[in-house]
Amino acid sequence: MALKDKLHKLKLKYKDTKMSAAYNAIHTFLYMPNETTHSGAHIRAVDDLKRTMNTVIMSLIPCLIFGMFNAGYQHHLAAGEIQAVSNGFFSSEFWAIDNLVVGLWKVLPLVVVSYVVGLVVEIIFATIKKHEVEEGYLVTGMLVPLIVPIDTPLWMLAVAVIFGVVIGKEVFGGTGMNILNPALTIRAFLFFAYPTWMSGDKVWVHGAVERTNEIAEGAQLDAISGETVLGALAQGKEFTYSVSDMFLGFIPGSVGETSAILILLAGLFLIFTKIGSWRIMLSATLGALAMGLIFNGVVHAEWISESSKFYSLMSTEFWHHLIIGGFAFGVVFMATDPVTASQTNKGKWIYGFLIGFISILIRVFNPAYPEGVMLAILLMNVFAPTIDHYVIQGNIKKRMKRLKLKTA
Amino acid sequence: MAEVTEEKVKVKEPKEPLFSKKNKKLLTDPLADNNPITIQVLGICSALAITAQLKPSIVMAISVIFVLGIGNVVISLMRNIIPSKIRIIVQLVVVAALVIIVDQVLKAFAYTLSKELSVFIGLIITNCIIMGRFEAFALGNGPWKSFLDGIGNAAGYGVLLVIVAFFRELLGSGTLFGVKVLGDPIEKTGLYALGYENNGFMVLAPMALITVGIIIWIQRSRNKALIEDH
Repeated sequence: MALKDKLHKLKLKYKDTKMSAAYNAIHTFLYMPNETTHSGAHIRAVDDLKRTMNTVIMSLIPCLIFGMFNAGYQHHLAAGEIQAVSNGFFSSEFWAIDNLVVGLWKVLPLVVVSYVVGLVVEIIFATIKKHEVEEGYLVTGMLVPLIVPIDTPLWMLAVAVIFGVVIGKEVFGGTGMNILNPALTIRAFLFFAYPTWMSGDKVWVHGAVERTNEIAEGAQLDAISGETVLGALAQGKEFTYSVSDMFLGFIPGSVGETSAILILLAGLFLIFTKIGSWRIMLSATLGALAMGLIFNGVVHAEWISESSKFYSLMSTEFWHHLIIGGFAFGVVFMATDPVTASQTNKGKWIYGFLIGFISILIRVFNPAYPEGVMLAILLMNVFAPTIDHYVIQGNIKKRMKRLKLKTA
Repeated sequence: MAEVTEEKVKVKEPKEPLFSKKNKKLLTDPLADNNPITIQVLGICSALAITAQLKPSIVMAISVIFVLGIGNVVISLMRNIIPSKIRIIVQLVVVAALVIIVDQVLKAFAYTLSKELSVFIGLIITNCIIMGRFEAFALGNGPWKSFLDGIGNAAGYGVLLVIVAFFRELLGSGTLFGVKVLGDPIEKTGLYALGYENNGFMVLAPMALITVGIIIWIQRSRNKALIEDH
């Protein structure tokens, strides 16, 4: 209680000053505010913006914890210190305390930097605009560390977060006004600004870059390399991961994106709590499967030869596309962003389907960057308002026709 | 009596000093509060294309200053004899002639730069700022005023090119005029020793657009009068 009282006093002290937004934000983040709006008509509902955000964060926690263990597991595995998992999801090789230590050491700084930098930018803008600090960054701040490679330098992340929050969100007017998903804007910035840290076979496993530098300096060590499944496929290389590895998530990749099963559970949780749109998730999955089937058909009909550089990605079984790379993570957590997705139900089907469809298209045809879900979602973010416009116009036309029929 | 006073005013006009307040405004206004890029949002294409480095931007700025300064004077001198039906074609001929001069001079004396700027020198012809000033100013004003207006607008355009190019070259390549000011990225000296890396995004065209956007944002938040009402 003491803290609450203190915060309340601080809040009263700074009321109507420039800093009040910052104190209000801390206060309402920690405690339920005890004041209510006095004027106007209001709907009483339990799920305000903050609860919506918290539900998404709750669904992200398993991915985060898994990502920490996976970071350590991939590091130790690549260094040859431990054996590969042998016992399914509950293998003791994976859930070892050693793995968690590495994960905590590498992942927590990413989370902290993401939140601190993002919230500082939010507070600065709230102070300038004399607004309350909006909750929008709560989810973005958790998503960002989960979609970057484990060894991303912290200063790069900080620069990207500043860019993403300012250019992706604040210039449009803050939470709820943005056209592009801020978390993906941040990732896209990182990808285009520092491509060597965002793709290739050195960035997905902690220690690979350092080890390369040591070898370059003359150390007698084995190189660590951790290609993602997609990276290996794009170059037509062999990889050793089984389908169950890919489904359970024991593969290299961005921190939180690897475990398809945990993402699936999180998706079901979001659908059950009615936070995420099942229409988008389902239609995106269908879109990806459709594109995958088309490519499989092309291979089956022998329209491309085995020497083609697209062959190995095209011949990947269509449903494997769902469990490799960031597809599942993007569809469940980013495509369903209520601000940047289509708003109409029919629009959501189109929007989701095209995300899935284009993701796989980019995945196969972009040799420089064998993952398309980020670009597909950003592209469809831009088109979402257009889709909505035509859905609504179509509806209006239909109703006008009905009206004319009745009056005629 | 009324006729006499009118004539007196007409006689007085040419005696206006060369750099009267009004004329100075013609020169300085486009540099800030009526900048062709940030306020009128013209000439964006070339601002995106050639601002990855400082050197080509400065050459581009000088070329546009030359073309617009001279072109404005020429159009202004001919303004009473150009039939208005074909004025666009006449304007195009004037710009084209001047641009070809610039292009040939560059090819003769700065061949590598001319290669670097490639098609964008030729595309000065299509720069909206030039046709815009011909139409809006040179066709209705005397040669001296037109000259000042041309120089002013082209300089406003040039200043912005240089600002954008400064940030893009510094952050994107770590150099200024090709000089490695932040250290050597391969030898890992200077800032690069601390783990700094060049921002590859700054070299790409979208970042030029965003940089121009940020400049527009800063300018309008400092001078609220520039914000358009909706």
